[in-house]
Amino acid sequence: MISKKKIISALLLISLYACSKEVASMYTGFQQPDNFPAPSYRLADNGITEGGFMLGRKLFYEPLLSKDNSVSCGSCHIQSAAFTHHGHDISHGINDRQGSRNAQPIMNLAWESTFMWDGGVPDLDLQPIVPITSHVEMGETMENVLNKLRAHKDYPSLFKKAFGKQEITTATTMKALSQFMLMCISSQSKYDSVMRKEGAAFSEQERTGYAVFQQKCGSCHKEPLFTDNSFRNNGLPAGPNNDEGRYSVTLDPADRYRFKVPGLRNLAYTAPYMHDGRLRTLDAVLTHYSEEVRPAPTLDVELLRNDKPGIPLSEAERSGLLAFLQTLNDKKFITDKRLSEQ
Amino acid sequence: MKHYFIAIIASVIFLTSCKKDNATIDNSAAELSLEFDNIVGDKNLQLNTGVYTNAAGEAFSVSTLQYFISNVKLKKTDGTEYTVPQDSSYFLVDEGKKASQSVKLQVPQGDYTSLSFVVGVDSLRSTMDIGKRTGVLDPSGAGDHGVYWGWNSGYIFFKLEGQSPAAPLDGSGNRYFRYHIGGFGGYSAPTINNLRTVTLDLAPAGIPQVRKDKETNIHVMADVLKMFGNISNISIAANSTVMFSPFSTNVSRNYAGMFRHDHTEN
Repeated sequence: MISKKKIISALLLISLYACSKEVASMYTGFQQPDNFPAPSYRLADNGITEGGFMLGRKLFYEPLLSKDNSVSCGSCHIQSAAFTHHGHDISHGINDRQGSRNAQPIMNLAWESTFMWDGGVPDLDLQPIVPITSHVEMGETMENVLNKLRAHKDYPSLFKKAFGKQEITTATTMKALSQFMLMCISSQSKYDSVMRKEGAAFSEQERTGYAVFQQKCGSCHKEPLFTDNSFRNNGLPAGPNNDEGRYSVTLDPADRYRFKVPGLRNLAYTAPYMHDGRLRTLDAVLTHYSEEVRPAPTLDVELLRNDKPGIPLSEAERSGLLAFLQTLNDKKFITDKRLSEQ
Repeated sequence: MKHYFIAIIASVIFLTSCKKDNATIDNSAAELSLEFDNIVGDKNLQLNTGVYTNAAGEAFSVSTLQYFISNVKLKKTDGTEYTVPQDSSYFLVDEGKKASQSVKLQVPQGDYTSLSFVVGVDSLRSTMDIGKRTGVLDPSGAGDHGVYWGWNSGYIFFKLEGQSPAAPLDGSGNRYFRYHIGGFGGYSAPTINNLRTVTLDLAPAGIPQVRKDKETNIHVMADVLKMFGNISNISIAANSTVMFSPFSTNVSRNYAGMFRHDHTEN
């Protein structure tokens, strides 16, 4: 006769086995969404592996990357806010020092060719150096970060698993972080389901909104990533810190007050909006484009197609647009356990 | 008669040995070092303690001087050119680090009449995969030396910092000047290019004869005063901080002329 104890332990074993199997099967590799273009990131130079992805995820949530070991990448790029700093116009780093721009989402970065609001970083592998070394963000030196990781009990073996060598270098640290960030793909919104003909259908209002979007917004917010990766002055007056955006990178006067066109996915989770987070609601964003676009020498030509600067929007168009924009929210992305702190 | 015979034998040996000596100057590699000796006019540069005067008549001291030397090329007397392989042709000269001021190269044996190098890091290397940027180009190392810009990805080619009564008073009661010059021309959009190529004629101050089993040294003087006054005058009072700005091209044009071949040690 089999004892109760034995049955219980057998059941426990089975459930443990099932759990571990589930964890292992969570890693799916880089999956190209059918309705997306080819990635810009050179995947050939940094092939994503399970070990690299898991190391990157651990590094992403690792406070050792900051000077006082208090702030990780995930502190200001929170998954439930589509990896932005929800509710913050600008973010605070170590010692509550204030930055000057709104944290951008870690989302679909494989399809971005430049990073940051001004495009000052041309390669995802170089991007994390900026927040790590910025004195208002993580305030640390890269050399210290590498030394902390080298002295850590887990990291040397995790690097070995990921890259075949226990040695921890700038390149492997950055490439691991890239592997995690590249896997942050948001492509499971209602919009995607409609586009891929997976069964979902737009409501009447969403369909109207989509038509307005295509006619009035889509030239800059190009589908399916909802950005054309360009830099434009959208008519916001300069803020108190007179951030000149792209100009500080190119020193081309035509680039004054130009900022990267942001993607529009997951807007429900990423408020506030604009490069400095000055607009708290999507309603305020639409009011800006329809009523408040400020003329400026570098104002984008797309905003000069009518009698007055901006994009005229009727009430019906506005509500249609707001309905359509909600179809770009991707609940699966912001709750995907593979991307969460483990 | 016997003596005569010995003399003939001796001279034959002597001649063949001479011939043999000539024949050994093949293209095999030998050591050549470039010494970067930083000076201020007719004085040697002394960090922090030395006080100097620039062309605008402003007194100043120097706390940091660093610059990248890359893409080293040498021309032989017969006109052929040797380019030091890309992967071993990036050096960061730092006045605070004695060893960094002697750039060691392996070059084919021969007599060289001209030396050229780039002050800075070329656009190709500045945009290369991070895995190929090791040594002084590692953004970690370069960053911790303060010669890497993260926010506008690229290297600081030339960095001079110090104090001067002509510099404005800052919040902590100091008068600092800072020149951080970079800009390789832009990655996705064109911007300023402060890459400067320096070519030095080696004939007047001594042609280096690079041979096996010895180290030949090209001694180069780098005169900080030239950065302040060469093609145009840079005044600390007017421009105490120059970083990534259109004005920076004036600084790089000036420092491109700060290098002079002083002598050769063969």
